[in-house]
Amino acid sequence: MRRYFGRKLLIYFLTFFLAVTIDWLIPRFMPGDPVQNMLSRAALHAEAIEVMHGYYTSAFGLDVPIWQQYINFWLALLHGDLGISVYLFPQPVMSVLLRAVPYDIILLLPSILLGWYAGNKFGALAARTKWLDNTILPIGYILTATPYMWLGILLAWAFGIVLGIFPIAGAYSFQMAPSLSLEFIGSVLHHWFLPFASLFLVEFGGWAIGMRNMIIYELEADYSHYLEALGAPQRLIRRYAFGNAVLPQLTGLALKLGVIVAGALVTEVVFSYPGIGYLLLQAIQNQDYFLIQGCFLFIIIGVLIANFAIDVAIVIVDPRTRTGMLGETA
Amino acid sequence: MSLQVENLRVYYQTVRGDVQALERATFTIGDGEIMGLAGESGCGKTTLGHSLIRLAPPMRFIEGRVTLDGEELPVWDMEKMTPFRFKKLSIIPQYAMNALNPTRKIGRMAAELLESRKVSFQATLPELQRRLDLVELSPDVLNMYPIELSGGMKQRVVMVISTLLNPSLLIADEITSALDVSTQKAVAEMLVQFRDRGFVQSMIVITHDISILYQIADSIMIMYAGQLAERAATETIIHAPRHPYTRLLISALPETGVRYVERRLTGIPGQPPLLLNPPAGCRFRDRCPVAFERCLDAPPFAEVEPGHWVACWKEYAQDA
Amino acid sequence: MTWLKQRSEILYFALRNNKLRLGMVILLAFVILAVVGPLFTDYGPFDYVGPARQPPSPEYWLGTTFFGQDVYTQFVLGLRATFQVGLIGGGLGTLIGILVGFAAGYRGGIVDEILNMITNIVLVIPTLAILLIIAAYLEVRGIMMESLFIGCTAWPWAARAIRAQTLSLRSRDFVDLARLSGMKTGKIIFTQIAPNMLSYLLLVFILQFGGAVLAAATLDFIGLGPTNAMSLGLMMNYAVLWNALIFEMWWWFIPPGLAIMAIVGALYVTNVGLDEVFNPKLREM
Repeated sequence: MRRYFGRKLLIYFLTFFLAVTIDWLIPRFMPGDPVQNMLSRAALHAEAIEVMHGYYTSAFGLDVPIWQQYINFWLALLHGDLGISVYLFPQPVMSVLLRAVPYDIILLLPSILLGWYAGNKFGALAARTKWLDNTILPIGYILTATPYMWLGILLAWAFGIVLGIFPIAGAYSFQMAPSLSLEFIGSVLHHWFLPFASLFLVEFGGWAIGMRNMIIYELEADYSHYLEALGAPQRLIRRYAFGNAVLPQLTGLALKLGVIVAGALVTEVVFSYPGIGYLLLQAIQNQDYFLIQGCFLFIIIGVLIANFAIDVAIVIVDPRTRTGMLGETA
Repeated sequence: MSLQVENLRVYYQTVRGDVQALERATFTIGDGEIMGLAGESGCGKTTLGHSLIRLAPPMRFIEGRVTLDGEELPVWDMEKMTPFRFKKLSIIPQYAMNALNPTRKIGRMAAELLESRKVSFQATLPELQRRLDLVELSPDVLNMYPIELSGGMKQRVVMVISTLLNPSLLIADEITSALDVSTQKAVAEMLVQFRDRGFVQSMIVITHDISILYQIADSIMIMYAGQLAERAATETIIHAPRHPYTRLLISALPETGVRYVERRLTGIPGQPPLLLNPPAGCRFRDRCPVAFERCLDAPPFAEVEPGHWVACWKEYAQDA
Repeated sequence: MTWLKQRSEILYFALRNNKLRLGMVILLAFVILAVVGPLFTDYGPFDYVGPARQPPSPEYWLGTTFFGQDVYTQFVLGLRATFQVGLIGGGLGTLIGILVGFAAGYRGGIVDEILNMITNIVLVIPTLAILLIIAAYLEVRGIMMESLFIGCTAWPWAARAIRAQTLSLRSRDFVDLARLSGMKTGKIIFTQIAPNMLSYLLLVFILQFGGAVLAAATLDFIGLGPTNAMSLGLMMNYAVLWNALIFEMWWWFIPPGLAIMAIVGALYVTNVGLDEVFNPKLREM
């Protein structure tokens, strides 16, 4: 097991390293003076531009050799200093991001977990009930083929505009200020529902189909036939099939994280939901270099943590990894 | 115990039609008898074995009657067969090495299996341990995952589990096929031990390797292309076979201590027929050296002398 | 079975498989629309052709946008772009996946280890984020560029699947025979293993195609798609940007998403159908 985790952690460190390096490298490949580019787009008056230019040039460390720039970058990173946002000047990037993180968590965590869980459960049910299979299968295929943003648009239009029961912008009512009051929480939930539903439905479709196919595959496995030959009841056989089918679904979840992040991003755009994805887009459109970097960093850390959590889950669910006989199937 | 099979006919459903895999199988096995079931690949022996205990799609029951210890076995009904499975008849499948759930400890799987059949695991545990010891497996095996065992060990585990409830009939399907020669001997001897100690009453040992049957079987039944060809005591089959196919089969076996200087080892030229649209009558007709016009009618599986059945027109003529 | 007989048997089942027929019919319909559709319109996608925000009418088949552009024109041209990106991006992803997957699966050893590590890293990185950053800094982007991005980031899944297949085929006897006879590695891969994997590669390509279409839609929607062409994702981008929702201009945002869903769905269904055709065990009785 140590070998299994050791290997995984190595990959994650390498990935983090690589991702951060790419993030650092890219503006240095672009033509022109990045600081000038950046500042000319921000609507600041002359004095501010002077000060900012000096600040950023030394902040970028463009006045020191390349390798030192790279090290400075990492040092600042490890101090939690992600710079100052141009788009939302003068707020530090870190605090902007930390404000957005909770909204992402309440959006992503339930939709991913519930979508995965419910999808798998229904998929397993569909594998053994004919009428359920005939309805869930086509619905599942349709849902999983639906682009995230389009489902978001549809839901926003149907429930937000036509039926008018849900709001379609923001994380909470614009008249409110964040507080722990019941009213505020209610407003947050009200605004949260459609984006959550949009993500949840697409996930659900995909997992339901996957699980259904896996269960059918497991029911045709030798051990299932053997149990049947020895007269084991269907529920025991199904229980074993489900237990074995869950494993590739877990691995699949880790593989899909990138796609889910992308889906969350576009969903946030559709609903103007202030998560990190939405921020990233704003940052890009406003050429706010530090904010872009910060968003990217948060996303990648989140994905790595999620991957690690799934790896832990795999070890818990698949006993073969514990005996150390199966190195790394994923 | 006794097993009686009458006119059992089982086909396989495919998109192109029915594959007529088993035709009019009729035979009886007595108490304590080990019957070998041999033939080429695709002759229907595995179909026969499986149809007795798990007749599942794509297998399709056409007709026939199976009686075990006086009770009729509803082989066509998967659900009604359940009370008989494991307790009255059991199977060591061909895929025994893959028959264990990879994500369950063996002991836990056995416990869950037994409990689900309303048998107390705790009460059975001492006997289980004793039998594991008999097949030279440590009782620690119960605490391991299948992946931690070698192929041979897994097979022995399956042998023990399958026979744990002392079934009247055990079907052993090609259990020596994937093993090396010395292990084959050990496993074959274990089977006989099971019978001698009363763990199982009677056995059907399915294999394409007649030499194993020579060692352990009391009687042998030869099948060809879904039809029964011959059935007799082991000695008779080996030394005095009467069906042309059996004769060619036996003569194709190398003998120890014989040097083939003058005589070359001959196989049987030709191929078995496809069973999607099998030829009418005796299916061995096309490869048979003594076939004649009568063979266009399927010969009945007749008892030409006590305890010796043959399906060949030529053989009845001799006795008539 | 001879090669020819095997081919005709596959054709036999292919023509009779319901899922395959359904999927292909839908795909064909959209392909035809993409090819012939633009012939029915004289406008360009960005031309101002008439009154703004008009619902579908005999004159403007899919209505007009917020600015009075013809939605139908945008739609059929967007379809073309979608198919292009799907083909090129999906094709590229499959190609890279084949190269990496074969090499890793066939060679094994240190080559396999290194390629696996690379694959895993690319898998973990949320590639959208990287694409965003790269695309944001490039001023002008075309369809080829987008296809390139997508192909270069979508290959890990294909590489894994192909590696697994190669591993299982590599240990087959006919490959050992080829090796014993001294055949060169490259030749073995192309003449012995690949033909047996052709059906599998086709399935992989179909899924990559679908994935590329979805990825392109996402990129286009955020405004990081081709800067010089219309696409379905871009239509939805504009629609949301210009409050099509509030103005209930359903003809602007429903068709593009619907088309993507239909195309990708058809691809998935075709995939399942083809799997049944190639794999006899799955065929329904």
